[in-house]
Amino acid sequence: MKFLDEFRDAAVVRTLLERIRATITRPWTIMEVCGGQTHTIVRYGLDELLPREVTLVHGPGCPVCVTPIEMIDLAIELSKRPGLTLCSFGDMLRVPGSACDLFDARAAGADVRVVYSPLDALDLARREPSREVVFFAVGFETTAPTTAMAVHQTARLKVPNFSVIAAHVRVPPAIEAILSSDDNRVQGFLAAGHVCTVMGIDEYRPLVEKFKVPIIITGFEPVDLLQGVAMCVAQLEEGRAEVENQYARSVRNEGNVTARDLMAEVFTFVDRRWRGLDTLPKSALALSDRYAAYDAIRRFGLTQAPTNEPIECRAGEVLRGLLKPTQCPAFGSSCTPDHPLGAPMVSTEGACAAYFRAGRLAAAATGAK
Amino acid sequence: MRRVFSRRPACGSGDGGEVSDSNRNASPALLSCPAPGPEGEVVVLGHGSGGRLTAELVSKVFLSALSNPILDRLNDSAEMKVGASRIVFTTDSFVVSPLRFPGGDIGSLAVNGTVNDLAVAGGQPLGLSAAFILEEGLPIAELEAIVQSMRTAADRAGVAIIAADTKVVEHGKADGLFITTSGIGVVAGSTELGPERIQVGDAVLVSGPIGDHGISVMSAREGLEFQTTIVSDSAPLNGLVSLMLESGGAIRCMRDPTRGGVATVINELAKSSGVEILIEETAMPVRDGVRAACEILGLDPLYVACEGRLVAIVDSASADKVLVAMRRHSLGRDSCRIGSVTGSGASRVLLRTAFGTTRLLDVLAGAQLPRIC
Repeated sequence: MKFLDEFRDAAVVRTLLERIRATITRPWTIMEVCGGQTHTIVRYGLDELLPREVTLVHGPGCPVCVTPIEMIDLAIELSKRPGLTLCSFGDMLRVPGSACDLFDARAAGADVRVVYSPLDALDLARREPSREVVFFAVGFETTAPTTAMAVHQTARLKVPNFSVIAAHVRVPPAIEAILSSDDNRVQGFLAAGHVCTVMGIDEYRPLVEKFKVPIIITGFEPVDLLQGVAMCVAQLEEGRAEVENQYARSVRNEGNVTARDLMAEVFTFVDRRWRGLDTLPKSALALSDRYAAYDAIRRFGLTQAPTNEPIECRAGEVLRGLLKPTQCPAFGSSCTPDHPLGAPMVSTEGACAAYFRAGRLAAAATGAK
Repeated sequence: MRRVFSRRPACGSGDGGEVSDSNRNASPALLSCPAPGPEGEVVVLGHGSGGRLTAELVSKVFLSALSNPILDRLNDSAEMKVGASRIVFTTDSFVVSPLRFPGGDIGSLAVNGTVNDLAVAGGQPLGLSAAFILEEGLPIAELEAIVQSMRTAADRAGVAIIAADTKVVEHGKADGLFITTSGIGVVAGSTELGPERIQVGDAVLVSGPIGDHGISVMSAREGLEFQTTIVSDSAPLNGLVSLMLESGGAIRCMRDPTRGGVATVINELAKSSGVEILIEETAMPVRDGVRAACEILGLDPLYVACEGRLVAIVDSASADKVLVAMRRHSLGRDSCRIGSVTGSGASRVLLRTAFGTTRLLDVLAGAQLPRIC
């Protein structure tokens, strides 16, 4: 299939691996930011094909994984209200809140629906004017423009019964937080190609200048990822630190200007607590004052109570690249996709779920480090 | 990708293994969440996915109460001896939404599904029963069309519907109509099939491209529009199975990969026979349209339902002979070998990628969920 097979070509993969082997002289730790990239790496076993000197660690780029537990609790609370329909993306429904997940709420009678786009939730609100429809908007800058469009349309069409819980987050503050932490071990990044398709690459230049780390904007197929690793290793070996664009077939320097303009109109940057990364300044998108009427949190007078995450779950360290999923004592024992303790074991983009599904064994079971 | 998903699970089984959501009109103000975890105290839609939650429900609720040597085997059909004859018996409920989809409807699906459960157990169907739960308000013309479709499907399979029942429930208590079919068949004297016959070295065959049915139903349900219409593979497999049995090849066991898809049935076979099975990802036949839809939706075609395909495990030495026989039938034209039984002791399924790496091919917990981005 065109645009797919050439990026999964075994011969090209072999060539890239040889190129990496020929370049590398010492160990490097590289973080792939996006959960979709983690999924590809584990699904195809790319980490096993790379030379031993390359350690890939998995970043915080799984939107459901970093959504704080109190926001999930808030969505669950809201879903139980009579006459209200709560919509969200599929893999958000299975993420545990402090007592249950949205699937449980649905089984107990709440009207919770899966949508592919916030615009579908807006359509639903227009078709069912007697119900309040709330879209639980999660995701990075990739999905934020569709939420911005839904809110913009809601205002334009004066739809009275649609609102959103805006839980969108931004990648650059997360990279900054990882690089600023005392225990950071990441020396180069494969940034999330789809995020940059929207945002462009300029946001990453200050990070490269401040921290002197290479950042490669990278796609999601096996050839993309290995090419990203090859570019990153080349920079590290040569002592360079630059922003490079591996995913040029999708990412333009300026990004998608229309989408960015709409986001700038609808959203404003706010501080937000992330699972595993604490509160990051200007790391999230909230509705701007002009669109405050469509903010479900304000509309329904909700208050967020800070909630503690299960102590046993070490998702925070996994999301910062300090711990491999298999090194977590709970991995595969008290935490499985059937009984997840934390979000990374739920989503198909979560590092823990990706490892579990690929049959990677717990460190304790294999005696590995 | 233009339509809102309603009460149905977003994807996955596709063959309508969903549970009706009759709780929906309860007063939400009085609700509280059950214990943490999707398998808490109430039935959740994931229990109908064909994955691990389904297996847990079957084992904890049904087998613990109904256990007997025949049911405990958990085969597609139950086999019994009646005098000198070997009889197979099976039952299946169909709750698919929408009632019609490209390549079929709930009526033809209900006939083919039960015929296929008999066929993969080696049985030629003797007769089917059909029970209808009709929702108040269902247009009679629609019911007539579905029943006529059942007649056409039964004629195609060479079987008659010889017993039937009808119930009507209030509006809102069913989604148009639900159909339950049961079937009885007879197994030829020389046919011996079962997962216990699987041996190390055996070949794993599939009768054609996978995932057509699940993607077809999902596209119709959600109004997803692709350049080409993906048509369900729903079809009766008894003719194909007859050719396979007549080929004289040593067929160990067969399954039809409905809910949970090919990955789930191969896992079931590995588990019930205590073997390791290695699947070659590059050998798996998937149509471009299904592959494209799965890429867009973030689904794995290995877990998407088929309704007119079978997976067969055969002695490696007779694999070519069986494949030749399969390809003679219109429903088996694209049959191919997708893997091998590679070891005993560890019950697991491995997948070898195009790059030579292998990973575990596990059973999913519940239905596949579309990814966010």
